[in-house]
Amino acid sequence: MSASLSGEIAIVGAATSAIGWETKSSVVEIMADAAVAALADAGLGVRDVDGVFAVTPYYWMPSVTLADQLGIEPKVTDSTNIGGASVIAHVGHAMHAIAAGQCEVAVIAYASTQRSDAGKLVTGADILPYERPYGPLFPISGYAMVMQRHMYEFGTTREQLAKVAVAASQWASRNPDALKRELLTVDDVLASSLVSDPLRRLDICLVTNGGGAIVVTNKERAKKLAKPPILVLGAGESHSHCYISNMRSYITTAAVETGKSAYQMASLGAKDIDVVQIYDAFTINVIIGLEDLGFCKKGEGGQMIDRGIGPASKLPVNTSGGGLRYCHPGMFGIFILVEAVRQLRGECGDRQVDKARHALVHGFGGVFSGNATVILRRGG
Amino acid sequence: MTTANTPTRPLPETRNAGAAYWRAAANGTLVLPTCRQCARAFWHPRPRCPRCGSDRVEWVRSTGKGIVHTFTVVRQSPDPFFKSKVPYVVAMVELDEGPMIMSNIANCEVDTVKIGMRVLVTFERASDDIAIPLFAPNGGAK
Repeated sequence: MSASLSGEIAIVGAATSAIGWETKSSVVEIMADAAVAALADAGLGVRDVDGVFAVTPYYWMPSVTLADQLGIEPKVTDSTNIGGASVIAHVGHAMHAIAAGQCEVAVIAYASTQRSDAGKLVTGADILPYERPYGPLFPISGYAMVMQRHMYEFGTTREQLAKVAVAASQWASRNPDALKRELLTVDDVLASSLVSDPLRRLDICLVTNGGGAIVVTNKERAKKLAKPPILVLGAGESHSHCYISNMRSYITTAAVETGKSAYQMASLGAKDIDVVQIYDAFTINVIIGLEDLGFCKKGEGGQMIDRGIGPASKLPVNTSGGGLRYCHPGMFGIFILVEAVRQLRGECGDRQVDKARHALVHGFGGVFSGNATVILRRGG
Repeated sequence: MTTANTPTRPLPETRNAGAAYWRAAANGTLVLPTCRQCARAFWHPRPRCPRCGSDRVEWVRSTGKGIVHTFTVVRQSPDPFFKSKVPYVVAMVELDEGPMIMSNIANCEVDTVKIGMRVLVTFERASDDIAIPLFAPNGGAK
C-alpha cells in the first residue's frame, strides 16, 4: 500500500541560514529565515504554507514556535523528535499528510545556536539512571563503545576510521560554505587528542550554529514551481532503543529496517544510489551506515572506506563535508537533506557529483537510537 | 580522605523500579529484574518485562560475574567528580545471566582493559541506601 506513495511528493525548496560560529539571531529567527529562504527557492511564500514540521532542542513545541513566528495557522503540524534523524522522518510524515490531502505545501525546518550557547544549553540529553553514576559522555561515549566493538569484531582499523574524516575534509575543501576547509591527513586525525577511546577529536563533529529548511508539495504542484522537483521515492523510520545500555547489538542499528522500508517503497536498491548522505556525527557512523544500508556486507565498511568515499570515488558520501567539516548545529539531519537536493539539482559547483540521479539520505539520532532514511530522485 | 569540598559521584534517581536494585547493592548484592513469564533476566529495571510485557517481575541474585563486551576510556568530563577521575573506563558488561549493564571497570590501569576480559562486581558505598556496582578484573579472558 505504501508503495503507492512513492513519487507522490517532491522537495521543491531548500535553504540554510546562519551557518557559522557566531550569530546575533535567536533560534526561531534562524529557523524562520531558513524557511522563508527555502520557500523563495521554490518560488513560494509564507502564505502558501499549510503544513509546518519543525524540530530543535530549544523549544518544547518547535512547529508551534515556528508557525507563531511566521504567522501560520497550519492544517498539519508536527514536532516529532527522534534526535538528529527527526527532519528526515518528517519527510515521510509529510508524504502521508500531503498524499492524504491534509495539507499541500509543507515546510520542514531546524535551527540551533549551540555554538554561541556553549556551556549554557541544557540539551535534554537523556541518560538512564543506571548510566548516570558511571560518567559516560553523552552521546560521545555511546558511539565510542560501538566503534570499539566494531574494531574488535571485524578488524576495522583506526586508519580506516580516520579516512572517513579525511574524505570529509576533501569534500569540505570544495564547499565554500564549509566552516573547516583545510585538508586533513590520516596522521592529523590519529594525532588529535583522545576524547573517549577510540574516538579522537577529529573523529567528532563540529559544534556550530545554523539552521535549514526544505519545502515539500504534491508532484503536480511541484511541476509549476521555480526549481526542478526532487521526488521523494521512499521513506522509512524507526528506533531500536533510547539509551546506549539498551542497544540491541553494538555493531548494527535500525538503519537496516529503515533502509529496507525506503528501498522497498522506492523499488530501488543500494546499487542504484549515486550519492549518499549519512549523518556523520562521528566517523564510525559512516561505516555502520554504509553496512546497515546495504552498500556492503556487515563488517566490510572499513574496506569500503579504503576503496574511497571522497571526490571522484565510485560512491560519493557526505559531499558537503558533513557534520565533521561543513557544520554541525546539534542535529544535522536538515543539512544532509539540503545537500542531497542540491546534488540532484546539479547546484554543487566544485563538489558536484556527475550524473547524480538517485540520492539516499540517512539520519542517526541519540546514540544510534532514532533512524530515518529517504530516497530521492531528480524529477523529469 | 573525603572533605566537604570533594566532589561526589553523581547518584541515580531512585523514584523508579530501580530503588530495590541500589538498596541490594548497599547490602553487597547484585540483583537483576527477572521475568517470571519468560524466565529470563532483563535490563534495565522496569515494572514490566520489555520482552513479553508481563508484570510478574522479581529480583534474582546475580553471580556478579561477566565479561567486558565493549568499553571506552573517558579522557575528559564536564562533571566535577568525573573530571577528578579521568581517565576512567565506561564499559558494557555482559553478565553471565545474560543482561548487559553499564559500569566502570575499577581497580586496574585503563590500558589493561580489553573486550572479552572477565570481571567481577564490587561495590562502592554512596549512602545508607545506595551502593554503586562497579566491576574489577577477575582472572583473564573468556
